[in-house]
Amino acid sequence: MEINQIQDEIIDEFGFFGDWMEKYEYIIDLGKSLPLIEEQYKDESHLIKGCQSQVWLHAAEMDGKVQFTADSDAVITKGIIALLIRVLSGQKPKDISHADLYFIEKIGLKEHLSPTRSNGLVSMVKQMKMYGLALQAKP
Amino acid sequence: MESTATPAIRTLEEIRKDFPLLEREMNGQPLAFLDSAASSQKPNAVIQKIARYYEQEHANVHRGVYQISQEATTAFEEARELARELINAPSAEEVIFVRGTTEGINLVASSYSRKFIQQGDAVLITAMEHHSNIVPWQMACEAQGAELRVAPINDAGELLLEELYAMLDDKVKMVALTHVSNSMGTINPVKSIISRAHTLGIPVLVDGAQAIPHMKVDVQELDADFYTFSGHKMFGPTGVGILYGKREWLDAMPPYHGGGEMIKTVTFEKTTYNELPHKFEAGTPDIAGVIGLGEAIRYMNSIGHGRIQEHEHNLLAYATEALSQIEGLRIIGTAQDKASVVSFIVDGVHPYDLGALLDKQGIAVRTGHHCTQPLMDRFGIPGTVRASLAFYNNQTDIDRLVAGVKRALNMLR
Repeated sequence: MEINQIQDEIIDEFGFFGDWMEKYEYIIDLGKSLPLIEEQYKDESHLIKGCQSQVWLHAAEMDGKVQFTADSDAVITKGIIALLIRVLSGQKPKDISHADLYFIEKIGLKEHLSPTRSNGLVSMVKQMKMYGLALQAKP
Repeated sequence: MESTATPAIRTLEEIRKDFPLLEREMNGQPLAFLDSAASSQKPNAVIQKIARYYEQEHANVHRGVYQISQEATTAFEEARELARELINAPSAEEVIFVRGTTEGINLVASSYSRKFIQQGDAVLITAMEHHSNIVPWQMACEAQGAELRVAPINDAGELLLEELYAMLDDKVKMVALTHVSNSMGTINPVKSIISRAHTLGIPVLVDGAQAIPHMKVDVQELDADFYTFSGHKMFGPTGVGILYGKREWLDAMPPYHGGGEMIKTVTFEKTTYNELPHKFEAGTPDIAGVIGLGEAIRYMNSIGHGRIQEHEHNLLAYATEALSQIEGLRIIGTAQDKASVVSFIVDGVHPYDLGALLDKQGIAVRTGHHCTQPLMDRFGIPGTVRASLAFYNNQTDIDRLVAGVKRALNMLR
């Protein structure tokens, strides 16, 4: 599925939540069930340091597509990571580097991707796009 | 009807209404503002004073011979006098306007160290300092080839005084410490520490950012050599603060910034510097900020320090007791003497998650390391959730915090 199709799907899913609590309970569940990054990648070189929470991100290319795995020490951050991975993992490098991640605002989680939150997510999205850009350049 | 001689004492609920921001909502919920240690809210008196200044009274200070400039200068210097009186400084010339505590410390660290710290000397700070009272000294020590010593604390978040005293020797040229810890609320026995440092001829700088909004400070009684604090944490505007320094030090120190206002005569060969306090106030100051700060001091005086302290003390005890009942919750900072801060973590729960879910419930707290990373490392935690109080907080705010934490934990566990 293409990036925007997945984004629209997520927006539809979030439309069913009655209030913030249901929404956050779902994100917390996502965070708890996110397949973790392999232990070997949970090191300093994969760490994106936020002021509030930390994120580890690993990217690998397979058949012209980028596979992301990630983790965080905070569960809400992790839940949002699960959504970002659902949208961007398994996509072509070019599509990743050009992606407009409008779903975050549409599902009302924009505040978590604000630089002032400093939870590592803004840098993580930047890093994901950088991987997309770098892998495109590969011959 | 006869008017009474003294106005009736306003209740704290009436006083709370002086702060328009406290009336607003956050995420569709009434606001419980528990982040005053980061920055306090502003009373109408301060907001209106600043607006009136820009509408009617603005001109540059210490410059013009015309009426408006002179009025602005008078208002500006009145604020200095109010600040002097607030901390009982011996003279207004020893009260320097700076941008805030951070600049106050940077000024001293930079200027004092150039004159008084040499290679092989040392500066002593403590393990509970804010980054603002660590980094400027690190920079100064690096520039001068000096050593930075760090006095340790115990698990309650109290200074280990014997260890601190053992670190004082003739190499130490400055002791810099906080009056009240911003992360834990610990009130340090600064008077004893100053007195001990003085027996060895060592001056002491006190970071008063978290003390001034909550307690009466008398720099002469403390015998502090430098005392610095921010306006925005004491109900005044952002971007302005005070550095008090003893005249003997300020006279001996070189200027920090060069520019207008701080000079007496300028030629291309040589500049002579102005008298205190202007020597340390280069450039056009934050006039509106200073006047707003003066108004904030007037406002605090009208409520009374004793009353502020008593109310906050009771509220802190109430909050500590109520939060302690929550299973798995651990308070970080359990010193005997504390002011207005309750910092906590909950087993297995990241402070960010707790903070995000409190935000959704209209409860404003601070989460993270509170600019005290070395302190968090000392406790082996990534950060805490910190609720900090001001006199405008009430039991409802605390009840909502406690209920909010419980609700968040139900979702997270």
